[in-house]
Amino acid sequence: MKIKTFPLFLVIIFLIIFVIFYKGLNNSNIYTPETNLKKNIPYFKVKTFDSEKLIESDEIFKNDKFYLINIWASWCVPCRDEHPFLVDLNKKKGLEIVGLNYKDNKKNAKIFLDDLGNPYDIILMDQDGTISIEWGAYGVPETFLIYNKKIIKKVIGPLDSKKVFEINELVK
Amino acid sequence: MASLIGLYSLFFGLCSSFLIIFFSIKNFRNFLNFDSKILSLTFLQFFFVVVSFLGLIISFINSDFSNETVYNHSHTTKPLFYKISGTWGNHEGSLLLWLLVLTLFLFLFLLKSKEQSKKYRILTLFFQQIIIIGFFIFLLKTSNPFSYIFPTPAEGLGLNPILQDPALAIHPPILYLGYVGSSIIFSSTLAAATLNKINKEWATHIKKWVLLSWVFLTLGILLGSIWAYYELGWGGFWFWDPVENVSLMPWLALTTLLHCLLVLEKRFLLTSWVVILSISTFTLSMCGTFLVRSGILNSVHTFANDPERGLFILIFLFSLIFLSLFIFFFFHKFENKNMNQLFWLSKETSILINNWFMMYFLTVVLIGTIYPIFLEVISSEKISVGPPFYHKLIIPFLIPFLFMMAIGPKLKWIKSDMLIKKRLIVLFLISFLLSFLLVIKLNKDILINSILLTFAFYLFFVSLRDFFIKKKLSLPQNFAHFGFSLLILSILFNNILSKEIITNLKVGEIYKSEKFEINFENIGQVEKKNFKEIIGKFIIKDSEDNIEILNPGLRIYNQPNIVTSEADIKVNLFEDKFMTMNYVPNQDYFNIRYQIKPFMIWIWFSVLLITFGGIMSVFKKRYEN
Repeated sequence: MKIKTFPLFLVIIFLIIFVIFYKGLNNSNIYTPETNLKKNIPYFKVKTFDSEKLIESDEIFKNDKFYLINIWASWCVPCRDEHPFLVDLNKKKGLEIVGLNYKDNKKNAKIFLDDLGNPYDIILMDQDGTISIEWGAYGVPETFLIYNKKIIKKVIGPLDSKKVFEINELVK
Repeated sequence: MASLIGLYSLFFGLCSSFLIIFFSIKNFRNFLNFDSKILSLTFLQFFFVVVSFLGLIISFINSDFSNETVYNHSHTTKPLFYKISGTWGNHEGSLLLWLLVLTLFLFLFLLKSKEQSKKYRILTLFFQQIIIIGFFIFLLKTSNPFSYIFPTPAEGLGLNPILQDPALAIHPPILYLGYVGSSIIFSSTLAAATLNKINKEWATHIKKWVLLSWVFLTLGILLGSIWAYYELGWGGFWFWDPVENVSLMPWLALTTLLHCLLVLEKRFLLTSWVVILSISTFTLSMCGTFLVRSGILNSVHTFANDPERGLFILIFLFSLIFLSLFIFFFFHKFENKNMNQLFWLSKETSILINNWFMMYFLTVVLIGTIYPIFLEVISSEKISVGPPFYHKLIIPFLIPFLFMMAIGPKLKWIKSDMLIKKRLIVLFLISFLLSFLLVIKLNKDILINSILLTFAFYLFFVSLRDFFIKKKLSLPQNFAHFGFSLLILSILFNNILSKEIITNLKVGEIYKSEKFEINFENIGQVEKKNFKEIIGKFIIKDSEDNIEILNPGLRIYNQPNIVTSEADIKVNLFEDKFMTMNYVPNQDYFNIRYQIKPFMIWIWFSVLLITFGGIMSVFKKRYEN
């Protein structure tokens, strides 16, 4: 009996794999910024950049307020390009910018901020990159707009004037 | 002209496939002896593919831009060497290379298997022809390397600059010999399973082919890794990138297969293992081709995103899987003997245990590679699986794996006695003490590091000692295992002792830390045929006042217009000094990355040792007496 059901089972498994691969083929694998939208933000506990104290995500994100979480690193070249936009966005009222410093060296990160200005209201340290994985980030830089603990916009890659405009529209 | 000949040659090659199949079926039924006509036809088919391949190379050399492949991937200003290597640096050309290797291996197999039975040879030929026809159709239908464009463009688009590199020019052919070489193992295993011929003699016969593919696959992976190390400028040699993973998976399956064949040869056990592993090795190779070529994963190897191509390989791949499942379940005779024949303390048990570990590693890599695709399809959620996943799941299990590798070869076939040798225990204690002291001195996490180091050192010492014992005759095994211990040790020390500085410097500026002083002395410019290079001069002084000059560069390629950063690496026996310089737009400083990577050269060397073990084994008449 065993010898008959087992092949059948295998065939079914492989058929399922086939279907999944087939569907995967039609998915675009490049940028799908919409997918993680409207989801609750992940819970995490993290050290802050300045005081190295542990802080919970619930303490950072409050309801009825817009937050922009920006994943960055001093070694990341596109981060430099988008930095002026962040500095601009920081001037906007009702929007707090949270920096998530990704796999970085603290000293270099400081030099980076000294050079280009610090637009962040708070900076969190993601030294092994696990928190960024929780957020579903592909790399640096990446930016998420959060309202009522939900991700309402996700930008993969550096911010530019068009994307900043879109963010501004949403925050209004 | 060359393109036209190449194209017709491909059609003739496909036609010869049908002739071969026709004659094989006739021969299979009617005659006692193998029909020599079939051998000639196989050679003819190989010859046609060679002509076609040469046709493509000539089109590349002549920069014949009426050929679409040449137009997309070449440029008149490219050096001749990269014009030639550009032939397989693209989707169409590399598939032609697949086909070339497929037909080459089939021809060699028929030449070398004259002492085998007629039915077995013909069936192998038949299965291999199915694969060959599949690839012919794939090539002609979806990725014709000889597409004609009119009017002829004056200039080509150029080859991706990061592919313009000597190591990468020979990496694909070598890797393909391994990848595609596994097709002949697949075909002959199916043939042997159909004829119920999986036995000790067959194991001896097929082992040579397994070793051959294994050697090329190992070398191919090594070359790719060396390339990634100096060209991608991250200073690492293995990133657990999906593309690296898809080459590692067939390697793991092939290595396991090799060890199973040893058991099969000696004890006539594990026949189902052998069949399943032969099938998986080739299907994993195909699956790798599917994953990187269909554009389902993004990487340097994704040449073009064309769902039609992906669909073709997918259907072809699953047809082969179902064909092999069918043969496995309906023709393969399962062992009547059960596992009771295995004594717990014997060589075959130790091999079996490590096979399970290898399967575990394979599963981890497989899941890490394809799980993101599955998740995205099912829940449209995107995740990325990175090194922490692999490290956490693989490293703990390396410990027993290394231990079995060390003591396995010491055990006897069938049944070993419990006589524990004093020397082995003494070596173990030495390894333990040595690792413990080292870890304390280096101030690292004591537990996991010292345990892992202990077992790596243990394998190292045990296999080192074996070189000096004459009665042991398995020199190839010893080389490979010794190389593996050296590999693990080098990787461990490389991980523990690496140092890195990332900073921004202007010309003339000096960066100071406790240990180094980096002086950005000046900057120069060099013009080459296909690129302009900006070269920085950096003087690095360490705390002992040793001076090292490093010259990383930035290359600005003319066609296509891409900037790449060229690492400068000073290699010596103990450590590599690695420096890259990156352009920062609109700033007058450069982003500098300086790394000290200990024992890099030993990583490459140990893989070469492992390969050397394989090569020795190919040329050795008898593995063990």
